[in-house]
Amino acid sequence: MMDALTYFLSQFVNGVKLGSVYAMVAIGYSMVYGILRLINFAHGDIMTVGVYTILVLTTAFGMPLWVTVIISVIIAVFVGLSAERFAYRPLRSAGEETTLVSSLAVSIFLQNLLVMIFSPQRKAFLLSEQLTELHSFGTIRLSTMNIITFITVIIVLLILSHMIKNTRIGMAMRACSDNMNAAKLMGINITSVIVTAFIIGSALAALSGLMLAGEYKTIDPLMGFVPGLKAFCAAVLGGIGSLSGAVLGGFVLGIAEMLFAGLMPTEFTAYRDAFVFALLILVLLIRPNGILGTKDGGRS
Amino acid sequence: MRLRDSNLFKFFIFVLIPLIVLIICGMNSTNYYAGLVHLFGINIILVASLNLVNGFSGMFSMGHAAFMAIGAYASALLTLETNQKMTSMSGLPEWLMNLTLPFPIALLIGGFIASFCALIVGFPVLRFKGHYLAVATIGFIVIVRAVLDNEDQWTNGARGVTGLPNYASTWIIFASAILCLFILHRLLNSAYGRSLIAMRDDYVAAQTLGINLTVCKISSFCISAFMAGVAGGLWGHMQSVISGKFFYIEASFKIVETSIIGGMASLSGAIVGSLIMTFIPELLAPLETGITVFGIQLPELYGASNLILAALLILIIIYRRQGIMGYNEIITDSLFSIKTYTSILKKSEYINLYTILINMPKKLISTFAAASKTDAVKNKKRKERRSKNEKNS
Repeated sequence: MMDALTYFLSQFVNGVKLGSVYAMVAIGYSMVYGILRLINFAHGDIMTVGVYTILVLTTAFGMPLWVTVIISVIIAVFVGLSAERFAYRPLRSAGEETTLVSSLAVSIFLQNLLVMIFSPQRKAFLLSEQLTELHSFGTIRLSTMNIITFITVIIVLLILSHMIKNTRIGMAMRACSDNMNAAKLMGINITSVIVTAFIIGSALAALSGLMLAGEYKTIDPLMGFVPGLKAFCAAVLGGIGSLSGAVLGGFVLGIAEMLFAGLMPTEFTAYRDAFVFALLILVLLIRPNGILGTKDGGRS
Repeated sequence: MRLRDSNLFKFFIFVLIPLIVLIICGMNSTNYYAGLVHLFGINIILVASLNLVNGFSGMFSMGHAAFMAIGAYASALLTLETNQKMTSMSGLPEWLMNLTLPFPIALLIGGFIASFCALIVGFPVLRFKGHYLAVATIGFIVIVRAVLDNEDQWTNGARGVTGLPNYASTWIIFASAILCLFILHRLLNSAYGRSLIAMRDDYVAAQTLGINLTVCKISSFCISAFMAGVAGGLWGHMQSVISGKFFYIEASFKIVETSIIGGMASLSGAIVGSLIMTFIPELLAPLETGITVFGIQLPELYGASNLILAALLILIIIYRRQGIMGYNEIITDSLFSIKTYTSILKKSEYINLYTILINMPKKLISTFAAASKTDAVKNKKRKERRSKNEKNS
């Protein structure tokens, strides 16, 4: 009985670990989606770009991790903004399917760019020993990286919610998310709002890329896409457009996935990804606005 | 009379030349380039059937590869010999183990199974709109892949099914492609097709006119899945190896990409798009293995062709959102119009074509001259205006 409980608890903690990574990616997704109503498929690939930057800078130049993280954030922001400028801005008046396809094209573009530069082979991605050191809390073992990830998610959530509630640009963001045209008529500079959203989203993508790679320990040019999609599922689960919803959805999805993988009989564990998407379809059918979602037309 | 109105010209371009190419391919069907032409035919079926859902019905499905996979596996299981199934798929029930059907019947059954899956999936999923439908259908691909990779006793798992007999000849591929195009062409010019288009343009108005949206959505989804299943079966029997990884998200994106480049709301667009997306990667293939350009040895650039196609897709979306063909149906219209075929018997058609071709250079020169003349006039006016402005300031 005790063993079963410990096993359950360890799976739960694993779920929280995975969930904090999903939550991090989902916040970035939600930022962009909330304003543009655009599923930015390229988000996952911006994540990969960030990871590769870190890998190159640490292995080739031997820079300390914090410097590489800053540079990778800058590069990710640059990539995100160029995608916005060249692929999304000309399509702002188009329907949502058109921008969706455009983001898909950006995603394919970035994936193949990385394949071209770094070859499609998997590469090892090892964090320094301080970060992978394990701490034991009773029967639960967590690495420093896990703790940092969890704390970062909470801090990012607090800062962003504060920003959206209280600052000028946050107010503008809420206005745009409510009604883009009305916001434009009130004299809000839509472009600057969207650019801000992309800056925040891409920066978060780079950070979450580091976390994801730390979890996987190997990286390849296509690694970002499916986690990106899952993060979108998380954002939908929690109620897309709301930041706390994205974080909650990330944790719920991570925990659900891990419990599914850990508690179901072994022949079902390979259905993890399928389970996530089945869950997404189910949630969209039963509660289309997610757990914390407010009313929002046009979803179903 | 313009060149594009000449039925005889259409006959030459859209019927005779493709027919000659196909006959050549049919005679050397093991040739590498014949394989490409076969792929082109399969792509036509896939993209045209996707256009029925995405372009004409106004939904946005990305799950086409899943139906392709279902069709491919179903027709593979029905055409393989018993001893082949014994070794790799031991979990099959007795009757399926001993069942080996002729290829066309297996293809049709594969299509029906795909269409049945579309019915089951369609009921819940087609309630979504826009990008939620897109993500839900991507989710369907992930689910199908998981099933294919893990139900070892049925599908031989991630190793895939090998040794499919090579039944997919030029004739059967292009007969199915033409048949699919014909069915879609007739459907879209019927009351049913018009109700789909009405649904796409304004679903509220369509509903008030008595169109049952649910029936329309699900039936078009099922028809599309049926054709995708047939195309999947053809693909499998062409490659002779199938496994889950060939029918994953990338494959589906490729179909969507092709559909958008050609033009979503046009069957001719499906043909043009498939033509581009089948042969351009082939032209770009040398880039991936490294070539010498102007004396500079380029390194091997894996992924270069996909990169260029992605850039092309972005450009097309921005500058010509409706795709290359837009709403134009010139190819299918002339393929399935009796006038195109009777024109070869009419003397007047030949005379017409002859005069058009004779006058062609003259006409071109005159249009160029006119264009440059108007340009010169415009430039002159612009200069005058500028000098006036300068004087005023």
